Amino acid sequence: MLRVHDLSVALPGRRLVDGISFEVDAGERVGVVGSSGAGKSQLVGALLGLTPAGLRVTGSVRVEGTEVVGAGPATWRPLRGRVTALVAQDPGTALDPLSRVGRQVALPLRAQGVPFGQARERAAALLAEVGLAGTDRRFPSQLSGGQRQRVAIALALAGAPRLLVADEPTSALDPTVQAGVLDLLDRVTGPDRAALLLVTHDLAVATRLCTRLLVLAGGRLVADGPVAEVLTDPLLADVVAASRALAVTR
Amino acid sequence: MTPLLQAEGLTRRYRDVTALDDVSLRLGAGERVAVVGESGSGKSTLARLLLALDTPDAGTVALDGRPVRPGSARSLRWFRRRVQTVPQDPGRSFNPRMRVGQAVAEPLACLRVHGDHTARVAELLVAVGLEPDAATRWPHEFSGGQRQRLAIARALAPRPDVLLADEPVSALDVVVRLQVVELLAQVSAAEGLALLVVSHDLGVVQHLCDRVLVLEAGRVVEQGPVPQVFGAPAHPVTAGLLDAVPTLEAVAP
Repeated sequence: MLRVHDLSVALPGRRLVDGISFEVDAGERVGVVGSSGAGKSQLVGALLGLTPAGLRVTGSVRVEGTEVVGAGPATWRPLRGRVTALVAQDPGTALDPLSRVGRQVALPLRAQGVPFGQARERAAALLAEVGLAGTDRRFPSQLSGGQRQRVAIALALAGAPRLLVADEPTSALDPTVQAGVLDLLDRVTGPDRAALLLVTHDLAVATRLCTRLLVLAGGRLVADGPVAEVLTDPLLADVVAASRALAVTR
Repeated sequence: MTPLLQAEGLTRRYRDVTALDDVSLRLGAGERVAVVGESGSGKSTLARLLLALDTPDAGTVALDGRPVRPGSARSLRWFRRRVQTVPQDPGRSFNPRMRVGQAVAEPLACLRVHGDHTARVAELLVAVGLEPDAATRWPHEFSGGQRQRLAIARALAPRPDVLLADEPVSALDVVVRLQVVELLAQVSAAEGLALLVVSHDLGVVQHLCDRVLVLEAGRVVEQGPVPQVFGAPAHPVTAGLLDAVPTLEAVAP
């Protein structure tokens, strides 16, 4: 459902993402790992048409057959929210602070032409699905960080997307809250549901949900394969060693 | 033996919320203690009270038996020379228009520490694994991990006895996180520095600390040596925190 070929994102004179090619199947859950500055967030931006002005994107990204590199709003309109959706890193800034969460979750449905009452009902059902039943009259400031991230996931799911892209969805959350959000992502993605592209620097988080890992380093794709295989790749040796050193042993 | 840093019965209320409820803590010289708990458990409120950045509704803080309470910069100078802090976000904790050397020397100037500040800065930069010529560069020229090294260098500048670090590595990726944790362990051992680490990262706590306090809803629900508390957690909150940590164990090493 997602085909990326020779994708690059460049500043004048410097490539942040350098000739990356990979595919994601329907319902597949793929982790994108790499250290800070490896190009993970730039890759996400290019896949979703969110690259900031001043950066040049070249190559090809096909979302369910539609070429989106260089695409304008007319191409993205039927895709955004319905085929692709993003869960951003920081739940504090991803939501509108002045709008009740039920209204925010209903907004993408309203944009798709769903009548008001139906959109509100669907939003309440989505909030219930992410474990926040009865919160639709609340403002984001009345929710905790983990609850706000659940709202962001409900918002992303509103258009029943086929690909959910989550960029460090739990790195701002503490471990118990993180575990809850990962369980939720586990429930809403996978075979027969949305595919997941999970960007994280935490290998343990990636392996918790994904069957396949892409490893980025210096803007290049340096490994792509099943989780167990990639973790034994010498390229990841330092990251795996550091993860194990900082793992909790009981 | 009098503990170096001692808090007794600290309570802090914000309107109708009791953020911290009768919390006591003793930190001995060179000891490494962690405060863990979920978001909202009172970790950062405790840190602010211990740093005299906030006034408790009840309870006291003392350093070497001398009471500590918020006040003018001048009245706290003696305290700030001995208790320093490493902030969470190295991206925001440096003035972008101040060269690194001046930033690291700032506590020396503010706290009226005598001596050759330039030489001390060079010594500190080397101690945290950076080149001495880093002093002439700007904060934006450094990566997140390097900036956190700079923050540690700045905290060490007045030769404190206690370093309080609130989530010192949570903004860093795992390889850099391990390097910074090892740097903290190393400077603590080398200078006989006591560490108080506030974190929700239990792996970091296990790697760095001897003793741990578990906070929930503003109260200490469990405390003890790290091996004991993590090996056989007595309180459900501690067990929950430990169970929630994702691991790589599922995958063969």
